[in-house]
Amino acid sequence: MTRSADAPQSPPGRTAEPSGDQFAVQGIGIHKWFRSTHVLDDVSFEVRNGEVVVIIGPSGSGKTTLLRCVNHLERIDRGRLLVNGHLIGYRQKANGDLADESEAEIARQRQEIGFVFQQFNLFPHLTAMENVALAPVRVRKVAKAEAMAESRQLLARVGIEDKCDAYPRQLSGGQQQRVAIARALAMKPKLMLFDEPTSALDPEMVGEVLEVMRELAEDGMTMVVVSHEMGFARGVGDRVIMMDQGHVIETGRPDELLDSPGHERTRAFLSKVLH
Amino acid sequence: MHFDWAFFQQLLFHPPSAFIQGAERTIYLAVIAQALGVGLGLWLALCRRSRHLPLRVFASGYIWLIRGTPLLVQAVIIYDGSAALGLYSFHSLTIGGLSVPGVVQAGIVTLAINEGAYMAEIMRAAIDSVDKGQTEAAESLGMRRRQAMRHVVLPQAMRVVIPPLGNEFNNMLKVTSLLSVIGLQELFLAAQDYNSTTFRTFEIFLVAAIYYILMTTVWSFIQSAIERRLESRGGDVVGHVSLRQRLFGGGALIPGEQMRGAR
Repeated sequence: MTRSADAPQSPPGRTAEPSGDQFAVQGIGIHKWFRSTHVLDDVSFEVRNGEVVVIIGPSGSGKTTLLRCVNHLERIDRGRLLVNGHLIGYRQKANGDLADESEAEIARQRQEIGFVFQQFNLFPHLTAMENVALAPVRVRKVAKAEAMAESRQLLARVGIEDKCDAYPRQLSGGQQQRVAIARALAMKPKLMLFDEPTSALDPEMVGEVLEVMRELAEDGMTMVVVSHEMGFARGVGDRVIMMDQGHVIETGRPDELLDSPGHERTRAFLSKVLH
Repeated sequence: MHFDWAFFQQLLFHPPSAFIQGAERTIYLAVIAQALGVGLGLWLALCRRSRHLPLRVFASGYIWLIRGTPLLVQAVIIYDGSAALGLYSFHSLTIGGLSVPGVVQAGIVTLAINEGAYMAEIMRAAIDSVDKGQTEAAESLGMRRRQAMRHVVLPQAMRVVIPPLGNEFNNMLKVTSLLSVIGLQELFLAAQDYNSTTFRTFEIFLVAAIYYILMTTVWSFIQSAIERRLESRGGDVVGHVSLRQRLFGGGALIPGEQMRGAR
């Protein structure tokens, strides 16, 4: 496993500086099994504050599972996973063993981690604006009028202010995914996770979603993105992590890793994706 | 004996007050018991999904017991049986200036307990029909399980519940007649009493049947209107049944309307 030791360089225009040893996400020796399948096999990685990390790899390589572990949608079986310096989903007992964290505390931890799903998972019984305002009202106990006003601003930020009162089924895939991003942002997360956010979209809608994500990155958001969009990885990503068969194969700056991969499996994967 | 048209018409259009009261009772018994049954069913469905084993065992046992025994037997146990054993006797209660006879209370309790078990299964199917991604999305926003259920899953599940719930109520209107066994003066027992003094059996029960079908048909129209309204409000009512299918059959009535003859 090779890892570039130097801190990633910020692309021009980035406002947030990655601050040395301050990790937004830190995974140490993570293992996970689905029954007898070893989906994550001793995975270690870290994401610095303000950094955009793109995870690539063939399907079944464990990248989506790893991302879902970061906000505890999936449990880890061994290892440590810290978000902003705190164990996620578990607490350490006096003897060093891990115990399940309380449901309330897990919910609180998740407030700081936005998650964008491949299939959007918008709430179909609510309008776009209600989708965005629901969690602030119910979880943060923000007054409804205030939450709705913020919701409108967020929808404007992702470029669909005119669709505030539309129900999800009345929106295109690209619009739905932008609502989903606004919904995640409404909780003012410190970290945003994207699980193949453009994979379920028609090709002509991919660009509008990536553009929103690019703007988010420019605003300094810490992001972990599972994606096959190599153009995005190259243009927006600070670092790329290549996974295969539950392992981190290599990680590095996008131009280095994509142009001169150090590992045969990375080369094989890239030749399939890029051609 | 011949069919007495004059008697039939007199009874149909100018029924004795016992008939009217019986029909009214049938309606309010059905409405109250159905409402209680829905609440009980929802609670049981949530119990079955609980993290706590005793709640799951209780809910499963309840459903097994109630669905495995006839309503007639349940009614007799709840009203006559519990009184005979000295467990509990239903006495008249005055609620808001309205006197409710003990037998009516027992009837409502019986129907609600029975309906709760069937509604629990419908609620469970409806909750299961909501995509798992909805819960994940809610939880990823920091909602707790209970909040995700209440604000995200249940509102969607309720749309799935509406069609079978309507069928349950249709059934409930008819099932009230079984409470005649504990002497509850609803439409069927009113007809029976009238029969015992006039012996015009065919005409009397034909009129009772017409009353029942009037009630269930009117309800079918109301239900269709409710479903249309929900649909126009941005939601798809899953398993929507057309009025024609509802009245004359041929629709896929999911998941509530199973074989209910023996209930």
